[in-house]
Amino acid sequence: METVKEKKKTREKAATIKISGAEAIIHCLLAEGVDLLYGYPGGAIMPVYDELYKFQDRLTHILTRHEQGATHAAQGYARVTGKVGVAMATSGPGATNLVTGLADAQIDSTPIVCITGQVPRHLLGSDAFQETDIIGISTPVTKWNHQITKAAEIPEVMAKAFYIAKSGRPGPVLIDITKNAQFEEFEFSYEPCKGVRSYNAAPKPDIKAIEAAAELINKAKKPYIVWGQGVILGKAEEQLKALVEKAGIPAAWTILGASALSTDHPLNVGMVGMHGNYGPNILTNECDVLVAIGMRFDDRVTGNLETYAKQAKVIHFEIDPAEVNKNVKAHIAVLGDSKKTLELLLPLINENKHESWHNVFKEKYQIEFDEVIEHDIHPTKKGLTMGEVIEEINLASKNNAVIVTDVGQHQMIACRYAKFKESKSNITSGGLGTMGFALPAAIGAKMGAMDREVVAIIGDGGYQMTIQELGVIFQHQIPVKIVVLNNDHLGMVRQWQELFFESRYAATVMVNPDFVKIAEGYHIEAKRVSERKDLKATIQEMIASDKPYFLEVKVEKEDNVFPMIPSGASVSDIRLK
Amino acid sequence: MKKQWFTISVYSENNVGLLNRISGIFLKRHINIESLNVSKSEIDEVSKFTIVVNTTEKWVHNIVGQIEKQIEVIKAFYHTDEETIYQESALFKIASHLLFDERQIQNIIKENNSQIVTVAREFFVLAKTGRRHEIDEMYEQLKPFGIMQFVRSGRISVTKDEMQISALLNEFQEHE
Repeated sequence: METVKEKKKTREKAATIKISGAEAIIHCLLAEGVDLLYGYPGGAIMPVYDELYKFQDRLTHILTRHEQGATHAAQGYARVTGKVGVAMATSGPGATNLVTGLADAQIDSTPIVCITGQVPRHLLGSDAFQETDIIGISTPVTKWNHQITKAAEIPEVMAKAFYIAKSGRPGPVLIDITKNAQFEEFEFSYEPCKGVRSYNAAPKPDIKAIEAAAELINKAKKPYIVWGQGVILGKAEEQLKALVEKAGIPAAWTILGASALSTDHPLNVGMVGMHGNYGPNILTNECDVLVAIGMRFDDRVTGNLETYAKQAKVIHFEIDPAEVNKNVKAHIAVLGDSKKTLELLLPLINENKHESWHNVFKEKYQIEFDEVIEHDIHPTKKGLTMGEVIEEINLASKNNAVIVTDVGQHQMIACRYAKFKESKSNITSGGLGTMGFALPAAIGAKMGAMDREVVAIIGDGGYQMTIQELGVIFQHQIPVKIVVLNNDHLGMVRQWQELFFESRYAATVMVNPDFVKIAEGYHIEAKRVSERKDLKATIQEMIASDKPYFLEVKVEKEDNVFPMIPSGASVSDIRLK
Repeated sequence: MKKQWFTISVYSENNVGLLNRISGIFLKRHINIESLNVSKSEIDEVSKFTIVVNTTEKWVHNIVGQIEKQIEVIKAFYHTDEETIYQESALFKIASHLLFDERQIQNIIKENNSQIVTVAREFFVLAKTGRRHEIDEMYEQLKPFGIMQFVRSGRISVTKDEMQISALLNEFQEHE
């Protein structure tokens, strides 16, 4: 970490001496408190890498094995720390390889700044070597992007990039810098950005809307809270807990909202959505007031909108005005930062208990427990289930690991059964559903939270999409724990094929390599578990290790994830089998 | 919900790439832009986009929300035809001899309140400003005589109600 004194020194030095654009970029990063970035060098970004070499005592650069890995690592870091993650790449293919990470960060509101090199100004538009229009390509998947063609623009644009990435509803920003601007010298001075006149980061809370919301909550007989990542991004975990407890309201979470309230909180009733819990889904259509906090009514949460919570009055706490009335009509919209609005709401809320209503959730949970959960986490059949693996990880890590997941069956099972004590502990690709997210994201998460246990849980399909990042784990000895739940299938697609395509398993059977040998090739300690008797001890050994550790668990090949709301069906029509 | 015509007005910073960002919002939703005009606005250094679409109110609400979210957009509005004063402009290029050979052409020019922009040896150019149907009528009237070239601009419009952009910008400056 840079000290205040050093910062001042940096600025004083910069104010008097001409420096190159490339060096200016480093000073901007340092001024924004960046001490870690992920990236991959190449021709058009070489001047910046040359400066990174000189500043390596203050700025750690991690060479991922693919630029996509750099974006996901930056995302993992951002999600676990709440700070801005940084990724860097060269022009052309380096830049296009960032696109998946940008799209993922855009839809999951993750603050990252990506810096790309670009061909020199005079070659723009000439189809020069490794020229690509990354501004054009990244526009739909960035909160903001900008091309710098003159060194003098660097400080202001970089300051704006960080401000925009982290303020309001966070998101990804891409800054493309032509090579001539990296070489040019200019007098550097840096001022952090405090505002952009055309950009209102967060609407001011409207006390009238908050009063109306409080009145509705106080009158409600069957109120129900569904919170999302907005609670975590807004650092409103305490306020959420206070609201839940004071008003005695059962509360459920979207996949990205997981861990904002501890799993064992009595009023935490579980997950909503396609593979969420039975009660939280079915009772969405029985509550009288639905309090949505920092969530956006994604189709995987709502199912068929025509039959979603039609009986309820909807109160929507939301920072992004464009999300209000987008999918679900809000009777009361409370715009603004979740922490501020909830703080204003709390004194207006009457203490209450909704025991009989809460008991309905408990009854539904019992049904789900008997039909699904018990069989998932304490199976009696021969084959290993994904659920029992998650349960053993909970036990070994004392419910306090950061769980990083990829996409598919293992993700749904992990999010259903992982137990959380601390916020920012569930890192997953929610909106975009990016296979290959978990391994690099786990690297970023671990580097952002070295004091915490970070367990990546990945399917055999997604693992092979970014498997090369094992190189980073090995090179830097990043002690992440990697668990591949191997069912030799692209499990979620196979499940849909079984249920909706008459078991025609088109392109979902995986012929897999020896994952243990691959990990060992990277000198990472690796084990394989195929039988229940070995599971507990091996997971305990993995969690106890202070080094990187790879564990492959051979699970049942054709297990399905339930409950399930079939695509396009109502939340009321959730299936238990 | 019924489809109808909406005029979207966007006040923005003058920025390279913003047009791409805005048009992408329509592309993502598979909504065709009927016409688009970009010009300066009543405020120094603030640009104005005037976009016409035929869609439902639900979609135009969604689109305007997404447009307004873009960093360089100061404010975006949507209005129905009844809420705006709007015009389009058109140019007709016609062979010069017709002006003398066909008496009717001169009547068409007069009746449509059209202006002769230029007359050259080979051709003359007519300009017409008005509502879409007025331009279409003039087009139909001239068509039998042969139109060498025709072009029509996007809609430009002002609203009957105030759009408080200056107030918004002042508010920002006070924050500073």
